[in-house]
Amino acid sequence: MNTLAPFFSFANASRVSWASVPVFSVTKLVRVTGELIRGGARLVAWFGVPDHDETTLVAVLAMDDDSILGVARSEPVSGSYPSLTPKYPQAHLFEREVWEQHGLVPDGHPWLKPVRHADGNAPANAPFFRVDGGEVHEVAVGPVHAGVIEPGHFRFQCAGEEVMHLEIALGYQHRGVEEALAGGPHRGTACQMEAVAGDTTIAHATAHAMVMEALAGVEAPLRAQWLRSVALELERLANHTGDMGALALDVAFLPTSAACGKIRGDFLNLTALLCGNRFGRGLIRPGGCVHDLEPERLATMAERLKTHMADVEQAMAWFWDAASVRVRFRNVGVVHPPQAVAIGLVGPAARACGLVRDVRFDHPAGWHRFSQAPVAVWPSGDIFARARVRSLEVQRSGRYLFEQLAEPVDGNLRAELPPPHPEALAVALVEGWRGEVCHVALTGHDGRFRRYKIKDPSFHNWSGLALALRGTAVSDFPICNKSFNLSYCGFDL
Amino acid sequence: MYIFDTLMNRIRRGCQTMAYPKGPAPALPDRHGGALRLDASACPAECDACAEVCPTGAISREPGSSTTLDLGRCLFCGACTRACPHGAVTRTNDHRLAVRRRDDLILGKPGEEELRLAQALDKKMKSLFGRSLRLRQVSAGGCNACEADINVLGTIGWDLGRFGIQYVASPRHADGVLITGPVTRGMELALQKTWEAVPEPRIAIALGACAISGGPFVGHPQHNGGADPIVPIDLYIPGCPPHPLTILDGFLRLLGRLEERKG
Repeated sequence: MNTLAPFFSFANASRVSWASVPVFSVTKLVRVTGELIRGGARLVAWFGVPDHDETTLVAVLAMDDDSILGVARSEPVSGSYPSLTPKYPQAHLFEREVWEQHGLVPDGHPWLKPVRHADGNAPANAPFFRVDGGEVHEVAVGPVHAGVIEPGHFRFQCAGEEVMHLEIALGYQHRGVEEALAGGPHRGTACQMEAVAGDTTIAHATAHAMVMEALAGVEAPLRAQWLRSVALELERLANHTGDMGALALDVAFLPTSAACGKIRGDFLNLTALLCGNRFGRGLIRPGGCVHDLEPERLATMAERLKTHMADVEQAMAWFWDAASVRVRFRNVGVVHPPQAVAIGLVGPAARACGLVRDVRFDHPAGWHRFSQAPVAVWPSGDIFARARVRSLEVQRSGRYLFEQLAEPVDGNLRAELPPPHPEALAVALVEGWRGEVCHVALTGHDGRFRRYKIKDPSFHNWSGLALALRGTAVSDFPICNKSFNLSYCGFDL
Repeated sequence: MYIFDTLMNRIRRGCQTMAYPKGPAPALPDRHGGALRLDASACPAECDACAEVCPTGAISREPGSSTTLDLGRCLFCGACTRACPHGAVTRTNDHRLAVRRRDDLILGKPGEEELRLAQALDKKMKSLFGRSLRLRQVSAGGCNACEADINVLGTIGWDLGRFGIQYVASPRHADGVLITGPVTRGMELALQKTWEAVPEPRIAIALGACAISGGPFVGHPQHNGGADPIVPIDLYIPGCPPHPLTILDGFLRLLGRLEERKG
């Protein structure tokens, strides 16, 4: 049954001909999208496709419970359309992005301002929401932060220590990733996809590869799909371990922070064992994988993984045993479950609000159709929950890897891809370590990209960080920020 | 958690910092390949198999002249080494990649088959920074891979602090800047201001393909194509991202710490 009707429904990592995508008037598209969201669907992508002087709006929805995606588009429009955001806040950044990229004004959008592009020489020049009052003061941080991290600007409205409102201005990292994809794929495209967010190399490269394979109508060989799932969990392990260490550091619990810093590198080295690069660059290409995991290499990996898993579980046990750690995380930086649903949180941040939301489980594609890890969920929505979900996922990813390495899949590593189908749309979702990575490609009549849309999970989740700060002490910003650990470049593209 | 357990675990784990540079350098992953070598004399007249597969155009061949390889643009993906039928482009498995001049990254001319490794700072600068170097890191469009491996040097396995090198929060406390990313339009001003806030004498290091040339995003109009000329660069560390060992080698080479030990 198509619970996303009148949208055209399809499965993750598949292709839809552009002609079969239903066309509505823009008001109907907004109305139907809204009704479906109210009925439990989730906005996965909302973007514009240039059509002569006008723009076609495309909506991609996910009905997680039914494992289906739905797509619909508007007639070409210009000028304005009724905004979704006042009723469905998860649309707010999508609509701002469409306005910035195509000039379509969402009528009634409560906070319409640029998402990435500079006004003058810095994105943060646009006006910020301000709270006025004698006791209120404003704290401005960034773009250059105190640590070795990417640039972004944070503007806090505070009453004393308490944060009343946080507004996050990004765009400093904008490198023109999407713009360069028009007319592609180009020779450098696969490498660019690996650098959309460097710490999410595997997830973005896999999503891109799946989109290309769907457009070509050829699946990657099973061995390549299996290898991608191994690399994806290694990426998750490395990043989650790093995050646990960073959280420990921010509450001055040094044994775990020191150990996790080292173990994170150990996990990165396992990826390097597979492909030579610690982040997995050069491993995944459309059609399959470039490097193989031969029996000897696999045995080395399994052996080393055993040691590293024992190390990380030990380091996390110290952390959870310490009351001084637990008390710093409880009831700090809370996002309530209804808020999480409203703003469309994804990944560990959503699962830490009790939402069972995981692409590997909800929309399995590739190897995850055959083998899955249990979804890790914690209900409290605070930093404690986000740390807890991560440490559960470390354990489950480890177990998943042991299972996979025990039963390697035979077969080829790479398939030849025929040219992409013309006039077709393909969507691929991959559960990266931060959450849902989404790539959407639309080809023109020549089979080249007419539009390529990338969505990093951070695009949804920065709003979660802003909400988590409300009512929290400004001095708790660092631990709140670490508990989300979102991508700047993945957002800025 | 009991303090006693922590202490016992700590003792059991022992010292986890690597012996390098007193001892041998840890081996690079076998598929990493290290620096590349280009012997352009092995290239037949009409062959540009390597240039055709290079994702960033790091390899070029003008008609009538020899092939050149710019390691400042190179992502070290290895596509050229796999494509070359004549063994002209090869991997050296050498982790040492840092150079002082941009031109030293360009391979291909006779006698320039390999990159020309960085020389140490002059005597005066070395006496200032040789035992204590504070760096302010600026990510100006970096994808967080370079940043991650910069951070890794601070962990117990590498322990950058033992060389007197430290990342600091304020440019006012810094002796130099460590730049990643192609320097996006949005970060140009922030980078300039950070650089101006560092007291002289100061140094600047461009780390990763992006900061040297724009890397995977080379040629996009949304960025400056690297840190030069916004900031004058003293050390280039190529890679996408460079291996931590390559980064550490670059720092120590610049400070003359590696030659000292050999001497």
